[in-house]
Amino acid sequence: MEVPILKQGAFLIATFQAALSDADLNQLRMGLVQQVVKFRSRAVIVDVTAMDVMDSFASRTLREIAHMIRLRGAETVIVGIQPEVAFAMVQLGLTLEGVATALDLEEGLAYLNEKFKVTN
Amino acid sequence: MVGEIRVAINSDQDIVSARQKGRVVANELGFSSGDATLIATAISELARNIVSYARKGLITIKKVNGHNREGIAVIAADEGPGIPDIRQALRDGFSTSGSLGLGLPGVRRLMDEFEITSQLGKGTTVAVKKWRQ
Amino acid sequence: MISKRDVASVPPESKRNEEPSELLRELVAHLRQNRTQLREEWVVRISETRLLTAMTKEEIFAEATSVYDSYVEALETEAFEALQAYARNLSERIIPRGVETHEVVGIVLLLRDVLARSLFAKYQNDFKKLNRILDAYEPAANRIANTVAVGFVQERERVIRQQQEAIRELSTPVLQVRERLLILPIIGVIDPQRARQLTEQLLRGIRTNRAKVVVIDITGVAAMDVTVANHLVQTVEASRLLGATVIVTGLSPEIAQTLVTIGVDLGKMNTVGDLQGGIEQAERLLGYKVATLAEQS
Ligand SMILES: Nc1ncnc2c1ncn2[C@@H]1O[C@H](COP(=O)(O)OP(=O)(O)OP(=O)(O)O)[C@@H](O)[C@H]1O
Ligand SMILES: [Mg+2]
Repeated sequence: MEVPILKQGAFLIATFQAALSDADLNQLRMGLVQQVVKFRSRAVIVDVTAMDVMDSFASRTLREIAHMIRLRGAETVIVGIQPEVAFAMVQLGLTLEGVATALDLEEGLAYLNEKFKVTN
Repeated sequence: MVGEIRVAINSDQDIVSARQKGRVVANELGFSSGDATLIATAISELARNIVSYARKGLITIKKVNGHNREGIAVIAADEGPGIPDIRQALRDGFSTSGSLGLGLPGVRRLMDEFEITSQLGKGTTVAVKKWRQ
Repeated sequence: MISKRDVASVPPESKRNEEPSELLRELVAHLRQNRTQLREEWVVRISETRLLTAMTKEEIFAEATSVYDSYVEALETEAFEALQAYARNLSERIIPRGVETHEVVGIVLLLRDVLARSLFAKYQNDFKKLNRILDAYEPAANRIANTVAVGFVQERERVIRQQQEAIRELSTPVLQVRERLLILPIIGVIDPQRARQLTEQLLRGIRTNRAKVVVIDITGVAAMDVTVANHLVQTVEASRLLGATVIVTGLSPEIAQTLVTIGVDLGKMNTVGDLQGGIEQAERLLGYKVATLAEQS
């Protein structure tokens, strides 16, 4: 399953689908890092609104994505975690420590625009 | 729901279908959608451990009856290498694969009952239950 | 609970002359003929026994009429669904009036008694027939009493559950004090079930109100065990996953101690002494100017 990556000004937006397999996640990780370098993006928004389960693997992948993107000088914001998914995540012990989060895409963009003071 | 549902776990694709089936059964049994999410997440962890450590196995999902209550049982069984030290494996942060080591202890927190048996060279079975509120 | 088959398995002796259904038909005819008088007798007995005191005479009479007719119909058809539905409906109407379970069971038993007495009077000269009629009548009458009682108790339980639910919702209100700012004042005893409910409610509240800052005030919490303290920590973490910052206020030294014991780094948790201070910090985070602080600085 392909994860669409959208370029929006200085930011990239990746939208997760509900049923991503591990292979999809790995592919996304590689794709995102490549594009950040290619477009010199300042930030990446990963939209997980459609994900109804966030297990340790998906969570670890998100953390790795954030880490690799930070090494390339950009920031990652995870948006759209559903309330029930958030509850399950913290029960598991997954807190995405060190990664920025926002309620949804709109909030994520507002946060980044404020931070980088750019108008898209 | 008729009998029990079995999902053969052979690849990471099967992890997704196992947890989706788990959610469907949980909904049918009248679990809240919050609980169904907890159950689906637990299934995802157990199925992933099968793929990561035993390569293949079987997830069984079924309804269970207790004293005055109904619940769901999930059994993850494989014939993989087994776990040498179960207590260690249940500790937060212990992992032999460089992962977070949160799967098994996390599943224990997500569900109401948790049982694990493992024999070196024979395999591992994790059986968990959650009761409906 | 009693199943339909119970009525069919009336003792075999009663089959000697008439079939039980034949006897029941005769019985039903008798009850229909004497409807006005028997119903009147019943209503008098109800008020004598001081049952249904929460209801007016007219109301009692109206309900008595419906119950009497449903009762006779159930005897005739041996179908209890209609009676069951009526019992539930009746319960729904009278439970809010404060009618108790013993009153409902009481009036049905009274009716059984009134009808049995009239059978005695009618068949007093034919003792054998009386016995057979009573054999047919009793199991059916018991089942009716049972159906009504069970229906009432079930309805009552449902109402109680609903009320408890409502009380719980009320005792954990998520308040929006201004745009993007929620306050969750927790009062009283928290058990794990309530803790979970509280968390789910807050997370939903964050989403629907698009909150960015949440102040959880635990001044009113008497005590907190390790399980509940863990819940508090998880609530803070889950809120952050939705993009909201949590400020905890009103932390007592005892609760702070519990948190430290379970390994919570209080430095990581955003704590402020009291609710007022918490709201002021929240407003700063949201970018509002806080008058009192502006003067100080
Ligand atoms: N089915 C299994 N067969 C063999 N070993 C297993 C099995 N499940 C778990 N283990 C062992 O137990 C350890 C702990 O498992 P757990 O799921 O808690 O963490 P993890 O899989 O290492 O990391 P995470 O689940 O957080 O990604 C694993 O590292 C592995 O050594
Ligand atoms: Mg695991």
